[in-house]
Amino acid sequence: MSLDEQPALAASDIACWFPLPQSWLDRAVFGKPSRMVKAVDGISFAIPRGTTFAIVGESGCGKSTVARMVVGLQDPTRGTFDFAAGRGRKGRLRTQMIFQDPFASLNPRWRVGDIIAEPIRELGLCEDTRETVRRMHGLLDTVGLGSRDAGRYPHEFSGGQRQRISIARALAAEPEFLVCDEPTSALDVSVQAQILNLLADLQSDLGLTYLFISHNLSAVRHVSDRVAVMYLGRIVEEAPADEIFDRPRHPYTKFLLGSVPNLLHPDRERIPVAVDLPSPISPPPGCTYHPRCPLASDLCRAGAPEASRLGATTIRCHHAREIHLS
Amino acid sequence: MAAEAVLDIRNLVVEFPTRRGVLTAIRGIDLTIGRGEILGVVGESGAGKSLTGAAVIGLLESGGRIAEGEIHVCGRRIDQLPLREMQKLRGRTIGAIFQDPLTSLNPLLTVGDQLIETMRVHMPLSRAGAMARAVRLLQEVGIPSPELRIAQYPHQFSGGMRQRVVIALALCAEPELVIADEPTTALDVSIQAQITALLKRVCRDRGTAMMLITHDMGVIAETADRVAVMYAGRIVEIGPVASIIRAPRHPYTKGLIGSIPSLTQRSERLVQIDGSMPRLNAMPEGCAFHPRCRFAMAQCRRERPPLMPAGTSEAACWHLNGEVSHVA
Repeated sequence: MSLDEQPALAASDIACWFPLPQSWLDRAVFGKPSRMVKAVDGISFAIPRGTTFAIVGESGCGKSTVARMVVGLQDPTRGTFDFAAGRGRKGRLRTQMIFQDPFASLNPRWRVGDIIAEPIRELGLCEDTRETVRRMHGLLDTVGLGSRDAGRYPHEFSGGQRQRISIARALAAEPEFLVCDEPTSALDVSVQAQILNLLADLQSDLGLTYLFISHNLSAVRHVSDRVAVMYLGRIVEEAPADEIFDRPRHPYTKFLLGSVPNLLHPDRERIPVAVDLPSPISPPPGCTYHPRCPLASDLCRAGAPEASRLGATTIRCHHAREIHLS
Repeated sequence: MAAEAVLDIRNLVVEFPTRRGVLTAIRGIDLTIGRGEILGVVGESGAGKSLTGAAVIGLLESGGRIAEGEIHVCGRRIDQLPLREMQKLRGRTIGAIFQDPLTSLNPLLTVGDQLIETMRVHMPLSRAGAMARAVRLLQEVGIPSPELRIAQYPHQFSGGMRQRVVIALALCAEPELVIADEPTTALDVSIQAQITALLKRVCRDRGTAMMLITHDMGVIAETADRVAVMYAGRIVEIGPVASIIRAPRHPYTKGLIGSIPSLTQRSERLVQIDGSMPRLNAMPEGCAFHPRCRFAMAQCRRERPPLMPAGTSEAACWHLNGEVSHVA
């Protein structure tokens, strides 16, 4: 396999389990086994260089845990991440992250210039202070802020501008791979458009690879090349973006797409689902989606479905074949 | 129309006096909501939409004051009522639903106790009678096995179920008007759809008027009858939902609707409105939107446009005057 064909990131059979807190009485006296939350339970994917891979799902499905594991903020319980060769540590791709909340992810006591210059200094990317300052001003310009903003504090900026600062800080480390965890969900829709356009420009200019985590399906359609739909710690459907949105196969993907408000057809038919997302602590047996699924059969209640391929789509559903034919 | 309006706001101005001078956050708003009608109020953060709702319930943050204008609910002027009178009105005549269902419920009381307390403050009911009503109400908002759930605490409910409890709480004393401030923003899209359907059904069945404040045009499209678009403390466009979404007149509304990514097709580039909303202490002369407007002309920089009729809606833009037609 040549270097170009090797994916920027290949994740194989990643799992992340968290032990639930247990009282000492239960543990020492009654000897109850400790329970685990399987936040992520065996997912695999590959992200080709220069493309955007999106993970979507409801809150609690484990998508943010995946993002945290990719950048190393959380250790996986099992499985491996295989990064392509690059400029980062151990000769692998250099990775940076953009966080959801632009209010909590910037140090309020630091000036914007210092926030952006820190990665440059830490990694020794510039020769001297003058060079660092020039690079910092260049980054501010790249994300659409002015040189004057370097001397100001984060509280002087709006949410969208703060997210730009956050992007500039991520870019300061000269990353090759960016993990964006809900980068626009704290922002107004007009500002979201500005940030998504900026991310698209940066990708084409710098050849970045993105892992884009979001619950906003319309934003995902706009930015991504491949999309994985997560449900209770597993990927239930993965396909090229157009395939997912134009020909959704899994009942859960169909349900998610049907829930998105449609401006032009507000009164269209919806798939009614009365059941809320089950608790990840005690997921239902068999296929975890069966309590909400209109196609659920005894087969679904008995065992979890294996991944199968339908054209360009990978799907985990016992009824995948029938869906494909209908 | 004015006689039967449940909520009638006339030329509302809200100010915040600060050490560096008075900041005017709402600069003259007129709107009415009729029985059973849902009026959506939409705009970016800082447009003054939540403040409008807070002014109606009388819950302006400390320092804020209604400087001008009148608020009438069911024909009664409420903006100058003393605190005790206002407290009687809250819950009984005006219900409120806030964004975060966890912080709007008391974590130390069961859901049933909170419902019963609210009902008995406002209505002559026995405890048993209130209990029976509370169970019916929880059933109505779609909580399964309400007779068991009523004895549980808020933390035992999921986010969507909690918001249903908050809706039940807002409706329990049968108010005429409900102020819903971002009721679905903290919820997942799948649950959001259930909650908007519930709000719509409740307003239709009970004839409750609702002010639905949100930044999400999609929620407005699915729920509201009319929509008011706010920008920098003023209404820039108001009219029936369908006509505003299909044919927005104001350049700001156009930008706002254009910047929503489409689910059905992928575009190369999203429409973006450059810049951001002006700060309260640096409001531009003339039309507040002109620094961001692609069509701004000399008149826009000098004079503020009033709301003018445009088709079935009204919009505040000089381009509707007929002199310039390239916006349409």
